[in-house]
Amino acid sequence: MGPDVAAPAPNQQPAMRGPGIAFILKKSFISAFVALILFSLMIGIRTLPSESGQLTYITRFPQLAAMVAIVFGGSIIVELLRQWWGPVDTLRIVPPQVQTGLGIARRLLAPMLLIFTFLVPVIFYDQRYILDLAILVLTYVMLGWGLNVVVGLAGLLDLGYVAFYAVGAYSYALLATTFGLGFWECLPLAGLLAACWGVMLGFPVLRLRGDYLAIVTLAFGEIIRLVIINWQSLTGGPNGISGIPRPTFFGIPLTPGENGLAAKLGIDFSPTHRIVFLFYVILALALLTNWVTIRLRRLPIGRAWEALREDEVACRALGINTTTTKLTAFATGAMFGGFAGAFFATRQGFISPESFTFQESALVLAIVVLGGMGSQLGVALSALAMIGGFELFRGFDQYRMLVFGIAMVLLMIWRPRGLIGHRAPSVFLEQSRAISSDLVKEGHG
Amino acid sequence: MDYFAQQLINGLVLGSIYGLIAIGYTMVYGIVGMINFAHGDIFMIGGFIALITFLILISMGLTAVPVILLVVLLVSMAITAVYGWAVERIAYRPLRHSFRLAPMLSAIGMSFVLSNFSQVTQGAQVKPIPPLITGGHSLYEKGDFVVRLSNVQIVVVITTVVLLAIFTWLVSRTRLGRDMRACEQDQTMAALLGVDVDRTISMTFVIGAALAAVAGIMYLLYYGLVDFYMGFVAGIKAFTAAVLGGIGSLPGAMLGGLAIGLIETFWSAYFSVEYKDVAAFSILIVVLIFMPTGLLGRPEVEKV
Amino acid sequence: MSGTDILSVDRLSMRFGGIVAVNDLSFTAQRGKITALIGPNGAGKTTVFNCITGFYKPSAGSMRLAHADGAVLKLERLNDFRISKLAKVARTFQNIRLFPGMTALENLLVAQHNMLMRASGFTLLGLLGFPSWRTAERYAIDRARSWLDRIGLLDRADDAAGNLPYGDQRRLEIARAMCTEPALLCLDEPAAGLNARESAALNELLLAIRADYGTSILLIEHDMSVVMEISDHIVVLDYGMKIADGAPQAIRDDPKVIAAYLGTGDGEEITAEGVS
Repeated sequence: MGPDVAAPAPNQQPAMRGPGIAFILKKSFISAFVALILFSLMIGIRTLPSESGQLTYITRFPQLAAMVAIVFGGSIIVELLRQWWGPVDTLRIVPPQVQTGLGIARRLLAPMLLIFTFLVPVIFYDQRYILDLAILVLTYVMLGWGLNVVVGLAGLLDLGYVAFYAVGAYSYALLATTFGLGFWECLPLAGLLAACWGVMLGFPVLRLRGDYLAIVTLAFGEIIRLVIINWQSLTGGPNGISGIPRPTFFGIPLTPGENGLAAKLGIDFSPTHRIVFLFYVILALALLTNWVTIRLRRLPIGRAWEALREDEVACRALGINTTTTKLTAFATGAMFGGFAGAFFATRQGFISPESFTFQESALVLAIVVLGGMGSQLGVALSALAMIGGFELFRGFDQYRMLVFGIAMVLLMIWRPRGLIGHRAPSVFLEQSRAISSDLVKEGHG
Repeated sequence: MDYFAQQLINGLVLGSIYGLIAIGYTMVYGIVGMINFAHGDIFMIGGFIALITFLILISMGLTAVPVILLVVLLVSMAITAVYGWAVERIAYRPLRHSFRLAPMLSAIGMSFVLSNFSQVTQGAQVKPIPPLITGGHSLYEKGDFVVRLSNVQIVVVITTVVLLAIFTWLVSRTRLGRDMRACEQDQTMAALLGVDVDRTISMTFVIGAALAAVAGIMYLLYYGLVDFYMGFVAGIKAFTAAVLGGIGSLPGAMLGGLAIGLIETFWSAYFSVEYKDVAAFSILIVVLIFMPTGLLGRPEVEKV
Repeated sequence: MSGTDILSVDRLSMRFGGIVAVNDLSFTAQRGKITALIGPNGAGKTTVFNCITGFYKPSAGSMRLAHADGAVLKLERLNDFRISKLAKVARTFQNIRLFPGMTALENLLVAQHNMLMRASGFTLLGLLGFPSWRTAERYAIDRARSWLDRIGLLDRADDAAGNLPYGDQRRLEIARAMCTEPALLCLDEPAAGLNARESAALNELLLAIRADYGTSILLIEHDMSVVMEISDHIVVLDYGMKIADGAPQAIRDDPKVIAAYLGTGDGEEITAEGVS
């Protein structure tokens, strides 16, 4: 935020012992009144094209009244909750037993989650829907882990991460459909190309301050999408590319025919095999991302990323080349995005620019931030929560992004530091102590 | 030459609209140092409210164009200003002392809320209206080619100029304007000297939203349509304008808006329409890299 | 430049717009000695530091750094990180700039970045866990450990730097700068905010650094007890110009210095704002 924004305004300290019911009612009336103004035209009136094509309108006063009533009731509840819970930043002391209990649970959580993930295809073999969802979640886990390198570790706010996802997807799709290359040959190429794009974008823009970097990456993401839409001869424009080959099991296709994997293994063919195979492919890719990130954090480059997030000026004074350090973070993140993109293309068999909008970037960023920036486990959990949460709104598609937006705002107010609010040191002399995220800088972006 | 003149007029009109939105970005950035990501969507909301007000007035049988225009302007500015106020109150104020990514992300969330709110309440289709202001003047004729200045264009430019004049007076001559500049310099000190910082910041959002509403109305008049998604692209372009003019500088925002409007129009006219947004975004990148302080911005000296 | 000089600043000027922060300044710092740069607030001391350490590009003048092996580097030609990497000039900051969310140990490892980068084969060998990398890492940790020991922070090695008391943070920042193995260590007000005991400990630390490592030290300081006690040579600045230059005893008695510090009653307010 801006320079030294301090000055707590006088009316920000709520009285500790609850203000009376009159106060709550007054506040709620004001909220309801504001809601009435806000919603009067937008909800009270619905514009519709008439039969002649002219725009006309109908009134929806009952809905308007209902919304205002909801706001009134909602703000009463919020006020009551606030009194019950106390001010937002109250320090709550957790009893030591609970703390150790939580510590143990936290340590066990990651391995348990991993084991469970490995078993998902076994447990849910018959439930295609769950398998598909699990693949989707893992794709976002991978994207989240990839972006985490850039945002969480290096502290560079990237709002155009989806561009690298798109580069990966289109690289694979084009290489496969024009040159007939297979998934496994293309995967490293897709990652490499995405990394190159990362460097190309990164080189000029990494000098920029945080917010500017965010906007430039956003613009870059949009440019890539617009170019994909308009360069019809190469990318098929808005129609996208279809007939992208499915992955093979190291050269053996997962098809029903003679040459298929099922036939070779002597088992009956089932379309689920491919889904299970895809599941393990993305799991392997995600774990690779995780492994590399954890390794990198313990290497000088990873420490330099974190140092960069903490204080760029100090880094320069220590002889660290900040430009190349940022570039490597950008390129590494982009490479993982490229891998994920290639996987996305092979899973869908069809890609179009529709899949690479700004909303995707925002979703992945929200996953990283909600996860607690820099925390691998947090990112995995928040991907699960976000994508799972999204699924709840299947069938209410138009409400999905509305709810996502509301959730993002509320999360920022409630827990700006994300779910996992600790940073684990990358190296220690005697014993590792978690570092409260209040000390950790969030980077200049 | 004639074609050029025509494009020049079109570009200036478009630029006025961008400039009006850009002022909102620049003001908020100046005072709280954040990119108000939802500002483009505030512009969109302004357009929608103008559209609805317009439909109501027409169905009431009103035909006097100046009256319609005035009522639409007042209603849309007022309601959109409340949107601006509410957005700051709900999504930004609780985060003012939070870590610095938080307001940015909250703003992105708010942008989704606003655009999807209007999609849910008003539908995803493009909303066209019949032209309210028709006719125009031929400035110059040569053979088949006519350089036209339509009445809509005149209205857009005049409204922009009048509102800018009022706004400049507000910022430079009133107590509120002085408070705003004080908060821009040093909020702590301003608070100690008796400036109500919360109120001043709220007013910044309110004024920015009201100007965005004007831009929304002008857009509606000029293009004759609104849709729920128009805030995103227009928002980025207006932000580009603010950066090009030098973020934090009010005349810069207007100047940047005109520049972006002209560039976009000429690009479409002489190169390709498809890539006009690519051109605008590329300018953003180039400006930020090569002259991050913009045309009228102050350079920042790095404090070590 | 004589053989014993490590740094020679020649006719250095730095202007910000119309403000002249440093005006035609020349001085030298001797190898293995402690040179102090003093002067009233706004005299341009930190600006000189920022020029020497590459954060500002001087408007005019030259700064030469001579290594013990005879190599001479023109500092004004090097920018930001290269000053530390190639010329081996390390610095601390007036308002401490540690990496607050990283542990004390991590802070000291980041300072050995360039050495460790080479040892990790620019990450590739390190990623694969090559033995050469492991050795280098162990060596780096040992060095960090010895520094933590020296500044008395060994038991707090795994605590976040931002959690340490102020005085410890100051010493940790100096240790971090020393981990880059500098030829010249520039300290910007190292005693600021320290109590008497802490500043005595600081004196000892600086003298020990000079004795054990032969590191030349250039420091800005307001605390005269520190300056007079440990400096070998003092340069006095006022309004961006050098007004005196000599041994501590000579400086103490110099009437121009006394006038500058006590003020001659005019023009106090024209000091360049925001420069130091």
